[in-house]
Amino acid sequence: MLRYWPILAVVAALLPFASSSQFLVNLAMLTAFSALLGQGWNIACGFGGLTSFGHAVFFGIGAYAVAIMQTRFGINPWLGLPAAAILGAAAGAVLGAAAFRAGLRGSYFALVTLAFAEVFRILANSLDITKGGLGILIPLHPSLPNFQFADRRGAYALVLVLLAVAMGIAAWLRRSRFGARLVAVRENEDAAAALGIPLVRTKTQALALSGAVTATAGVLYAQMFLYVDPNIAFGAERSVEMLLVAMIGGAGTVWGPVLGAIVLHLIQDTARMLIDTPGFAPMLYGAILLAIIAFLPNGIAGLRLPRRRSAREEVRRA
Amino acid sequence: MTDPLLSVRELRAGYGPFQVLHGIDLDVAQGEIVAVLGANGVGKTTLNRALSGLLAPSGGTIRFGGADLTRADHAAIVRAGLIHVPEGRRVFPNLSVRENLLLGAYVRGRADRAATLERVLTIFPRLRERLTQHAGSMSGGEQQMLAIGRGLMGQPRLLILDEPSLGLSPRLTEDLFDLIATLHRDGLSILLVEQNVVQSLAIAQRAYVIEHGHVALSGSAAQLGEDPRLRAAYLGL
Repeated sequence: MLRYWPILAVVAALLPFASSSQFLVNLAMLTAFSALLGQGWNIACGFGGLTSFGHAVFFGIGAYAVAIMQTRFGINPWLGLPAAAILGAAAGAVLGAAAFRAGLRGSYFALVTLAFAEVFRILANSLDITKGGLGILIPLHPSLPNFQFADRRGAYALVLVLLAVAMGIAAWLRRSRFGARLVAVRENEDAAAALGIPLVRTKTQALALSGAVTATAGVLYAQMFLYVDPNIAFGAERSVEMLLVAMIGGAGTVWGPVLGAIVLHLIQDTARMLIDTPGFAPMLYGAILLAIIAFLPNGIAGLRLPRRRSAREEVRRA
Repeated sequence: MTDPLLSVRELRAGYGPFQVLHGIDLDVAQGEIVAVLGANGVGKTTLNRALSGLLAPSGGTIRFGGADLTRADHAAIVRAGLIHVPEGRRVFPNLSVRENLLLGAYVRGRADRAATLERVLTIFPRLRERLTQHAGSMSGGEQQMLAIGRGLMGQPRLLILDEPSLGLSPRLTEDLFDLIATLHRDGLSILLVEQNVVQSLAIAQRAYVIEHGHVALSGSAAQLGEDPRLRAAYLGL
């Protein structure tokens, strides 16, 4: 049964296209969007163990890049998509080269990423090109060539396509040599170094790849909501959302961010729907997060592995 | 002994202001097993880390195969053929045995990787049975074999084994020392860093005893085995 659940997930993801309910499409789209963000984070942080608390920086760079390019320079947002990916990769490479060369790991690296995103938030708040705290409003012109969708289903389709690409990258990491090097660095830096694996280069490449994927999510956000401001783009909440989605679902797995996004949105939205008491929804949300962290350290995707492995061990012992 | 494979002179290293190695002199000739003995905390692991480029020495020189590797980075050292099998096994638990082994050939590229893998699997038939298994699901002895096999994948000229018998049962330890002797017969030079004095001296040609970051004793394994100071300190005789 468990083997077929990816097929179930794909069917469930396609279901909203048959529905005219904008609510359902919206819910599916926001869930898939969270999964995309989580997968962007997962590529560097799940597979490579480079725990980042500031991944919003890549998201924000993507969102601002596409907004500025079309409002200031009249560049088509479809061209903004690859441009944003390149900028996101460049930001990842710069941050990675600086942090990893200095030997920052673990919580020190996490703090530096947090600070990096804060610097961008402050810059976006004070520069002319980002229109400071006012933010950038993208004029409404719904049409496919203009990368704006009157029907939410168009936007949802695009989110799904990018999510599929991101999951393809994660699947590639699981079987490629680069992915094996990255996991080796995560599991034991010293042992990886003893084999001659270049630590700084491997980690920097992973962060650049992750930055590129996360920046494309920023582009999607800008084109769906047609507005970017410094808090939306670079706020810490965005970074937290990304790491929660990936960690709850299962960091370092292909399907983890999808599972995480589904669970988080289910909890959030049902809690909000069922209970009117203000503040109760976030409380419940927090309690469930704590429970997952306490009882499922490997995320929901980790639920399957131990069971399978212990069965195998029993066979061996018998 | 002219032109040793590895030649370490006056090596100093430590962590920040805390110096651990106070000038170590050490040689390994081509085709030799050299044991480095000492209790916990005398600087054996620091010596290994300095030799494999994981820790920058604060003084002295490391020459290997005629080249100066004192300031080389870890990747260049592995490429030169000085390969370190770290203490405590340190396999990558969530990667398969096969992936673990192939990572060992990282610096060699794909050229003769398949042939090297075949050679390593011939030495360790147990690993062949478990190629697709997660490394973390294997027993301690199997993980130690994997760690050594992974080191061999890099085609070392000198293999540094850091406490390979740590945590192994007496039986497995015996198998391990047999294996080291076999690798040596096939022409591999080995620097064996161990606490297991008796068995190390039995297979090594020469040995160094380290105390407080200094070489306290050195000489042929046979001589050291008879040395009253060593016997008193480590064998309780």
